[in-house]
This record gives sequence, C-alpha cells and structure tokens, in this order.
Amino acid sequence: MNLVLNRRQALLAGVGAVAAASGMAGASAPALAAAEDAAATILEFTGGAEPTMGRVTLDVPEIAENGNTVPMDVWVDSPMTADDYVAEVLVVADGNPRPGVATFHFSPLSGRAQANTRIRLAGTQNVIAVAKMSDGSVFMDKKEVKVTIGGCGG
Amino acid sequence: MPTRRDFLQMAAATAAILPTAHWSRAFAQQSLTQDELLAMDPVGRLSIVHVTDIHAQLVPIHFREPSTNLGVAEVKGLVPHVTGRALLDMYAIAPGSPMAHALTYDDFAALARAYGRMGGLDRVATVVDAIRAERGEGNTLLLDGGDTWQNSWTSLQTRGEDMVACMALLRPDAMVGHWEFTLGEERVNELVSRLGFPFLGGNIRDTDWDEPVFDAMTMVERAGVKVAVIGQAFPYTPIANPRWMMPSWSFGIREAEVAASVEDARAQGADVVVLLSHNGFDVDRKLASRVPGIDVVLTAHTHDALPEPVMVGKTLVIASGSHGKFVSRLDLDVSGGEVKGFGYRLIPVFSDVIAPDPAMAARIAEVRAPYEATLSEVLGRTEGLLYRRGNFNGTFDDVICEAMLTRRDAEIALSPGFRWGASVLPGAEITMEDVTNATAMTYPETYRTTMTGARLKEVLEDVADNLFNPDPYYQQGGDMVRVGGIAYAIDVSAPMGSRISDLTLMRTGEALEAEREYVVSGWASVNEGTQGPPIWDLVAAHIREAGTVAPRETETVRVTGA
Repeated sequence: MNLVLNRRQALLAGVGAVAAASGMAGASAPALAAAEDAAATILEFTGGAEPTMGRVTLDVPEIAENGNTVPMDVWVDSPMTADDYVAEVLVVADGNPRPGVATFHFSPLSGRAQANTRIRLAGTQNVIAVAKMSDGSVFMDKKEVKVTIGGCGG
Repeated sequence: MPTRRDFLQMAAATAAILPTAHWSRAFAQQSLTQDELLAMDPVGRLSIVHVTDIHAQLVPIHFREPSTNLGVAEVKGLVPHVTGRALLDMYAIAPGSPMAHALTYDDFAALARAYGRMGGLDRVATVVDAIRAERGEGNTLLLDGGDTWQNSWTSLQTRGEDMVACMALLRPDAMVGHWEFTLGEERVNELVSRLGFPFLGGNIRDTDWDEPVFDAMTMVERAGVKVAVIGQAFPYTPIANPRWMMPSWSFGIREAEVAASVEDARAQGADVVVLLSHNGFDVDRKLASRVPGIDVVLTAHTHDALPEPVMVGKTLVIASGSHGKFVSRLDLDVSGGEVKGFGYRLIPVFSDVIAPDPAMAARIAEVRAPYEATLSEVLGRTEGLLYRRGNFNGTFDDVICEAMLTRRDAEIALSPGFRWGASVLPGAEITMEDVTNATAMTYPETYRTTMTGARLKEVLEDVADNLFNPDPYYQQGGDMVRVGGIAYAIDVSAPMGSRISDLTLMRTGEALEAEREYVVSGWASVNEGTQGPPIWDLVAAHIREAGTVAPRETETVRVTGA
C-alpha cells in the first residue's frame, strides 16, 4: 500500500474535510481545491512570504468575452536598475484545474517589467499576479474575471 | 435650476383637471404648448443636446417606464432605482401631470390616452432645431448615445439604412453604438463610412493586434470653447449579444483607457470633457467616481430618464431616457477652461404637442412606405396593457412566452430581458408593428431544446448576476430573462449562485428536478447556428389565432432582498 500522497491529493483531502465540517454550500470541492492549490503555488513561489497588495497592475477584463482566450497584461512598478528590479512575475488563475498560468522572468536589462498574453479560464475566478523583487520582497494584484454562459443584455 | 420650477408650472396647469380614461388627445394640446415644453432659462453660451436609445422608433410610441428597477449594494435606493410615486416625490412632480406620465408607470393607460404618444423622430427634429435656433448653430452640439439603428421592423429590413437616412437630417456631431453591432462588422463599417460624423468607440479593439477600431475622441469647437467628446460603446456587446457577429472586435469597460483619453483631451486643450457613453447608469456612476476630469457623462443603455443631472463629485451624469421620449438639453457656462455653471432640461417629447418637422416627417414616410402594409396588419386585440420594461416579466413578455409554449410545444419558455419594446394600450388593436417593435433583431430564431432543471437554474443565476452583481462593473444592463411555464423566487442581495430558489413547474405545481430534462423554447440565443422560426412570426400567429389576448400581471417571480 502506497501511503505517500502528492501535494494535490493532500490538499484535496484537507479541503474535503473542511467542506464537510463547516457544511459549506455553494463552492464545490474542486473549486476550493483549485483555490488551495493556487495559494500553495504562490507560497512556493514567494518562499512562504505573504505578498503585499500594490506595485503590480494586473489588467484583465471584468467579464471575459471568451473564456478560452482572455487577454491579460501585467505591469510592475520598478526602476529596473541593477540594485532594484523585478526578478519574476507569477500569474495564477485560482479556479482553473491547473492554477499555474505563467512565470515571466525579468532582469535589469528588461527595462520595463511588463508582459501580456492570453489565458484560458475554466469559469468565473480570480486571476492573481505576484511579483518577486530583486531584494526578495513580494507584491501582488488580484482581479476577478467573470465567465458567463450567454447573455440577455439589452 | 429651471427644471423643477417648470415642472411645477406645468403641473399646476394640468393637475386641476386630472384626466379620466376617456379624455381625448385634445387635452394634451390644450394644456401644454410646444413653447412650454421647450422653455428654460439659458445658462452660458454652450448647449449640449443628447438623444439616446431611440431603438429605431421613427414614429411616436407609448412606452411604460418600469415599476420594478432594483438597485443592489451601494446603489440601493438611489436613482435610477426609484420608480413610480417615490420618483415623483423625489423630484416634486405632481402625480397625473404630463411629466409624471413621461417618467413613471403610475396610471399609465389612462394618462397615455390623455397625453397621447411620445417621441417620433420628426418631433425630435423640431426640438433639436428649436434649440439650435435659440442658442445658435455654432454654440450647440448634438450627441447620439447609440442603440439608434436597430429594433424596429424597418430598421431590420433595411439593415439600419432607414435610421441612418433619418438621423442624417438631425446632423449629430458624434455617436456611439451597441445594437448597431448586431448588424455585423461589415455592415457597421459600411454605414459608418458614409455617416459624415464620427462613430466613436475608445473601448473597441481588434482581437488580433489590440489596435483601436474606431476613434476614441473627437474635438469640436463650439461657443468659443473646445469640447472633447470621448465615445464609449456598450462594454459587453460580444457577451450580451452574439460574438460571432463581431468576431474581430473586442470591447470592455477599459477604465484606464478612458482615463488616458481624458488626459489626452486636456493635453490638447479641451475646456470641456464629455463622455458619450453606452455603459449603463451604474457603470457610468462608478466610472465618474474613479476617473477624474470628466465634466459631463451622457449615459445610456439602461434607459433611465432623470429630470435632473446626478452629481458624482464635479461630474454631471445625464440620463435621457429611451425610444425618442426625451431630448436632453444641457447648457454650460464655460470660462477659463472650466465649467462654472449649468442649466438642464429633460424635454418630454409629447407627440401631440410638438409639431413634426416637415422634412423629417417626409423622410420617415418615405422609408416606411415599402413596409406599411406589413406594419399595419392587425393581428388581434389586447384587453390589458402590453409592456416589457421592468426587472422581471412584463405583460408583453408573457404573451411572447405563451406563444412559444403553445406553438413550440414546450414546457418552459425563455425570453430575453431586453429593455426596448414599446407598449400597447388596453383595448387597442395589436399590429405587426407592435409585435416587431418588441422583437425585431438580427438573431430572432426561436429554438426548441431540452435542458435539465440544474441547467435552467444555472442560466437564471447567470443572468441574475448580470443584473444584480454588487459591483456595477460586472453588470450588463439588461433585465432578468423572462420565463414562461415556471415560477421562481429570487433574493437579489444574495451572492452569485444562490439567488434563485423554489423553481416550480407551474403546470404541475411541482419543484423542478435537477436531473430531469425539460423541453424549453426561447429566442435571441447568442449561439451561432441557432435554428427555428423568427419570434415575430410565432407571436403574430399566436395573436391571430387567439384573436384577443388578456394579459394579467403575473406573479411567477417572488422577489426578496430588495
């Protein structure tokens, strides 16, 4: 019998217990698992430090036009000098089956810590960008992106 | 401000002889004059005239304002989420007065008979011309807030041509869009190319390169000052309407880009910055609180008509109603690159009081002529008032849902919560024009499909969140999807996913089963390739067969948390 669980299995087990204990309604176990997974991914990236809100500007639409390809832009306020620059930016989507979206690497030669791409979102969820500075400090921004199932607006 | 006093004068002239149900139209003509409707104490030299959400209504209509128009979270109880008597009290408008009829649903049918229809682009033309004559051409700016080119039979058949031809006579200085885009990218480009004035949309980018599709701003010199007009299309067009109709255009609120446009305008020496917006009232109120430097927001989309501007910091937010019922006149006193004072009048366009402009009337007759036979066909009669506007089912929606249930043999009907669609008075004949005024659009196929009870709940939750999300930036501005065959309860203050409960199949009185498949008919699907007959054919056939419809105020939706 194999008693070694990987991190995801352990988290899933833990979340299941929490949901059962508190009788939580609304959020499903997989969604909670994804959020836990995202939190774990962030802590792994920061080395255990809690990121501070600020300096990072995450630009995503409030409501996605197409969940399969959501434009995302992240920018970090930094002088980008040899002494003070953005080293890495991690982007996670806390409702995706695999929350890790991308990690962007920068150096003082980057000139500007900005990146954009398109990401896929499985449903309404938070997108979180975490920046790791050259001195090890960590900052973040977080935005909710809604993915709807079809509209009746007018 | 002249507004309130003028209303009171008007009310005084009319309140003494409150109309009864069978007063003739002459009542309106006797008690009101065109001069009274247009009069205001001028302020400064610059006038901005705003029309919006005409929804292709060239001729006068009845349009009942909502009885239920709920606001949640921070905007709960604030205008425009105030209706009926409460709205009249807020602005000291006498019940039963012309303005009360224009702004509220109270005693709608009786007052409609007394005061007659509202709107008509030929009457709007008279109002606009009168303002231009009084203030001077060179001091007046006319801005169209969009939803102009679609949602009548003639605008559908001519793919917007009728509206473009008629609006050309009004000579707007700029416009923005929403339903315009449901004509498809190619047609929009074609019409825009011959407008002769800017079609603005700073929040529209192409999906390939994220490059601007339309100009964000136009700078106009009037009354000796530079006026920057920044244009904002409906941010959720590809979500609320079919994305396949505008596949290479991406929208969104793009607040940071609005802010950049404002800075750009000021850098170019703008004395006045106007946001011509199709965001919807709550979105614009939030935007105005977050983006500095906007003097005026001309809001649209949510069809609110307010007799006074709403101040958000130093920004004036103007809501000019819909369907051609109102023309807004905003006078500004501008000096030293700053707005020093303003005057405002929401001018109600009573069609029996305001004379039609001959040139516009002729053009309207011309564009309608090929369709008159279709439009004037009498399908049947209605015993009760038919209307749509309101957060939940209106009586016209009930007729539409009934048509789908019976003619598509469905257990459940879904009809979109559009805010457009004119009203039909009790006892009146229902014409094909009446039906198409509530249904004419480019994706009318009436589908028949099956959905599980769980899926239906999901759909209702999704639409409810578009309407009742506590953050306006997540709202899409339509009303709740209309339902036939089922009843439900909604807690508008609950979070996404837990607002809807007690879904009941009315035929059996039993709760909807999550796993069971139900036969559902609906129209206006945003999915490409949807099949079925156009909704107006279905509704017309239903009314012809019934002869008379007898709509009742239904109580299929139980609302809490308001």
